Amino acid sequence: MKLLRFLLLFTALLGGASCGGSGDQAPMGSVLQRGLPSDPETLDQHKARSVQAAEVLRDLGEGLVGYSPTGELVPAAAESWVMSDDGLTYTFRLRPNLSWSNGDALTAEHFVLGLRRLVNPETAAFYAQMIVAIDNAAAVVAGEAAPESLGVVAPDERTLVITVEQPTPYLLSLLTHPSTFPTHPGSLEAHGDGFARPGKLVSNGAYTLSAWVPGSIVALRRNPHYWNDANTAIDGVNYHVLVQDSSELNRYRAGELHITSTVPPDNFAQVRAEYGDQLRVAPSLGVYYYGFNLLRPPFADNPELRQALSMAIDRELLAEKVVGRGEIPAYSWVPPGVANYEPTTFAFAALSKTERESIARRLYKEAGYDENKPLRVEVRYNTSDTNKKIAVAIQSMWRDVLGVETVLINEEFQVLLANMRDAEVTEVFRSSWLGDYNDAHTFLSVLQGGSPANMPRYDNEEFDGLMQRAAAQVDLDRRRLYLEEAERVMLSDNPVIPLYFFVSKHLVSPRVRGWGDNVLDYHYSQHLSLGVPE
Amino acid sequence: MRNRTIRFSLGVLLGVAALALVGPWVSPNDYSGTNFDRLLSSPSFSGWHLFGTDDLGRDLFVRTMLGIRVTLVVAIVASLVSLVIGVAYGAIAGYVGGRVDAVMMRMVDTLYALPFIFFVILLMVAFERNFLLIFVAIGAVNWLDMARIVRGQTLSLREREFVEAARLTGAGTLRIIMRHIAPNLVGIVVVYITLTIPQAILVESFLSFLGLGVQEPQTSLGALVDAGVNQMEHASWTLLIPATLLAVILLSFNFLGDGLRDYFDARHAP
Amino acid sequence: MLRIAGAVPTLLLVIVLAFLMVHAAPGGPFDDERVLPADVEANIAASYHLDEPLPRQLLRYIGGLLQGDLGPSYRYRDYTVSELIASAFPLSLKLGAMAMALALVLGIAAGTAAALRQGSTFDRVVMGFAMTGISIPVFVIAPVLVMLLAVKLQWLPAGWSGTSGSSRYLLPVITLALPQVAYIARLTRASMIDVLARDFIRTARAQGLDTSTMLRVHALKPAMLPVLSYMGPAVAAILTGSVVVEEIFGIPGLGQFFVRGALNRDYTLVLGIVVFYATLIVFLNLVVDILYGVIDPRVRYR
Repeated sequence: MKLLRFLLLFTALLGGASCGGSGDQAPMGSVLQRGLPSDPETLDQHKARSVQAAEVLRDLGEGLVGYSPTGELVPAAAESWVMSDDGLTYTFRLRPNLSWSNGDALTAEHFVLGLRRLVNPETAAFYAQMIVAIDNAAAVVAGEAAPESLGVVAPDERTLVITVEQPTPYLLSLLTHPSTFPTHPGSLEAHGDGFARPGKLVSNGAYTLSAWVPGSIVALRRNPHYWNDANTAIDGVNYHVLVQDSSELNRYRAGELHITSTVPPDNFAQVRAEYGDQLRVAPSLGVYYYGFNLLRPPFADNPELRQALSMAIDRELLAEKVVGRGEIPAYSWVPPGVANYEPTTFAFAALSKTERESIARRLYKEAGYDENKPLRVEVRYNTSDTNKKIAVAIQSMWRDVLGVETVLINEEFQVLLANMRDAEVTEVFRSSWLGDYNDAHTFLSVLQGGSPANMPRYDNEEFDGLMQRAAAQVDLDRRRLYLEEAERVMLSDNPVIPLYFFVSKHLVSPRVRGWGDNVLDYHYSQHLSLGVPE
Repeated sequence: MRNRTIRFSLGVLLGVAALALVGPWVSPNDYSGTNFDRLLSSPSFSGWHLFGTDDLGRDLFVRTMLGIRVTLVVAIVASLVSLVIGVAYGAIAGYVGGRVDAVMMRMVDTLYALPFIFFVILLMVAFERNFLLIFVAIGAVNWLDMARIVRGQTLSLREREFVEAARLTGAGTLRIIMRHIAPNLVGIVVVYITLTIPQAILVESFLSFLGLGVQEPQTSLGALVDAGVNQMEHASWTLLIPATLLAVILLSFNFLGDGLRDYFDARHAP
Repeated sequence: MLRIAGAVPTLLLVIVLAFLMVHAAPGGPFDDERVLPADVEANIAASYHLDEPLPRQLLRYIGGLLQGDLGPSYRYRDYTVSELIASAFPLSLKLGAMAMALALVLGIAAGTAAALRQGSTFDRVVMGFAMTGISIPVFVIAPVLVMLLAVKLQWLPAGWSGTSGSSRYLLPVITLALPQVAYIARLTRASMIDVLARDFIRTARAQGLDTSTMLRVHALKPAMLPVLSYMGPAVAAILTGSVVVEEIFGIPGLGQFFVRGALNRDYTLVLGIVVFYATLIVFLNLVVDILYGVIDPRVRYR
């Protein structure tokens, strides 16, 4: 009948159309399917800036030093190193016979080239500032010195010498970062800045870039020239770009993903109940906070008000009920678990909720507000379910405890960033900070005067002085004391309201072996293997 | 038959609107009051939580009523915007005809070339999700169709005898448009309105899905449905209730449009 | 030919409008919580000409357009806008075409069948189903279907990336087509009922012509007119729907790139997509105009 004919025609269309479809590579061997929350903005390790790009880059490339699955520093491209007694010179010895994915030999000079490119102002690399500890790095970045003057030299093919201006105990963890990975000179010459594409990208890590469909998938394949290839179990890695975390969850539940990048907030309780043992939750290096704009009223020069608002928030409730995914209430700025550090906490952390609230009310009055003259404050946050929930919860808390009238302003991410940087309209803003390396410095340096990440515009001489003195210490224990004291000073000033510390949450299929929870949330694919499906 | 359809769907719509107006007055709950002890509780009579609570403990009955209000207001206002612009534009073009008509329709074609959903998105992004802007954005999407239809209708109307007669008696253009053409457009316009309203509702819910629609703590049916989708497995009522209400409203408008069209067609039956 | 000439100012207007709107949005493409140090930021802005006054940037952009250069993407630093559009458009086109085809086939078939059995239970049931397409938003239908068919039953893939084969098209195409099936079915039914009541049909019936021949030869063509005029809005509706469907299924089509681009302030990508679509639509309008003139000579501009 007519209907039948039409249906046949349609199915033919459907079949024909999809036959011509370019399927993504179906390789041999074990392929790990991982979720990625957005495309890497680039795979050029010097121009990359996002967490996603770093994740893929860690599988593609390798630095001098790396991390084990449990987060310990281990040798990577460098097999050993020596630090001079004054802490100013590091000598690295590279492994023998290192090579790039196209067979070219990898020498120490390539690391030199990489680091020079990192600080070269023409590259406009975001992480250029990260290695400012290295001799002359700051001068090069500012354009006052040539990149060749950077304190990194390669006296021979397997030796690399790095000199630093001050003792930098966290230098080794810096050298795990993808922006310090070596550069392949041939690629730069042949392709210029466009070398980070499949077919052109030459990598020195466990995998090479085999395909990249923007908005869809980044496909990696085994690099047979990798020095540790024999111990790399996984043949290929497919990073699926899944922006909606509910879509990612669906893919995992349908058996199409082995590892997810996160768990959607709305489904967390359900996931925990259904997939308990596959759910991995671990503290990670990040703090979720509300910042005050210290340049404008009502928070400029008003420490009592800031403290009142901070104390009126029930952080336990937020972490358990509102966010409810294992987050840790934050009573300090630096998260727990950071190497060689014991975070200081707010003076009020030990008080009971009732005590805190009554002190908060007192401070609120001292700041000049009460029921007849309530504070009216604007809180800006960027669009997300979690941010919204937290903002609404805090709005209630401030209203119930102090009588504050809070106006919630939901902005797009880009808009909020612009407003935070201009500091002209913001009063309270939501933000977060993720550490770049495993040291308290990456958190505390954010609030130093002049730091571009210092959104509250905190400017305290005592704090800055303590930070500078910490930077000059060779002895790790003394350095730690200075840093902890700096944190105490800063917390008592309340430039920010740390709310909770991030936890990393992943669903990891039972087939995946070798997964380690670590505070950096680094999970190199080369450490993993896929067992037999059940 | 058609009268029954019209009466029924109108009745449903008015009933829903009435509920949305009265409900929040009667209920002791507030639309933005959070309660962390009652997260995602299922519907029950205690505490007047007839539709349960959402993930922040807010009462869903009141929020749904509020959502209905917002959805209806946005849709109706947006449709009126497109109506006013479209009818005026189309009637003038259709009646005046000739070069003016050609130019005006050329402009409509021009505007048709804009991928509208993209411009709506850009508008919301550029001007920071202003509530008023939603009306404008959605209204701007629809007036083109209205203009085209009205123009077509006007074109055929102006050849009719009574218009000829009016012209012969020396009536001016504007008078003819307003006195003779416009009343005969009522039928088609009314029908069209009842069909653009559902479209407007859906566009608003698309925008909510993308995060660009009505902002917290305000809500719309589209936003409630979008939130409910994520919870459909463990809190199905958060999806079912607003989705059903949304479907009912959309269907009612569609049926109303159908019924009205039949009614007007019958009036003009040859 | 005049019409083609008229298209150029259209496009120009579109480009300028889009350009202004994108740049009016607060926030720039390189803002990030990991804030750029001031000089680095200045360097980047300069290399992308973002520090120039707007009119100059606009002229620069149009100049590039004339040479077929849509510029680099600000967000996907390793790709140019042309490359991204070239990879995304065929996909969106395929999906849209399949959805349109499905909608037409199902819609016309359902509408015709219902019209033939007007008033019967069959009629009501079929129309009832059709109505669900109109009354439930795509972003509800899609996740529900995914939950049922992909996650629970695992009959179909839950996503797009990494899976090959035609099965991954099914869910997106169906969800995209569903609202249009409803509209087309209703239009067809109403129009078919009209046509079937006309004299010449009655004559044909009286002469003993069987249903399917009668449909094919006499009834279908006139009944299709409203459907044909719905095609314009239908395409627009599918375009709108594709934005949502691509988001949900993670399909790297133009809709998804546009939304991400607008939110990320990827100026060039956003503009490129707008220009691309506008050019396409203007061209298609020309074609449709000509077709209309051919089909129905009465409807011509005076």
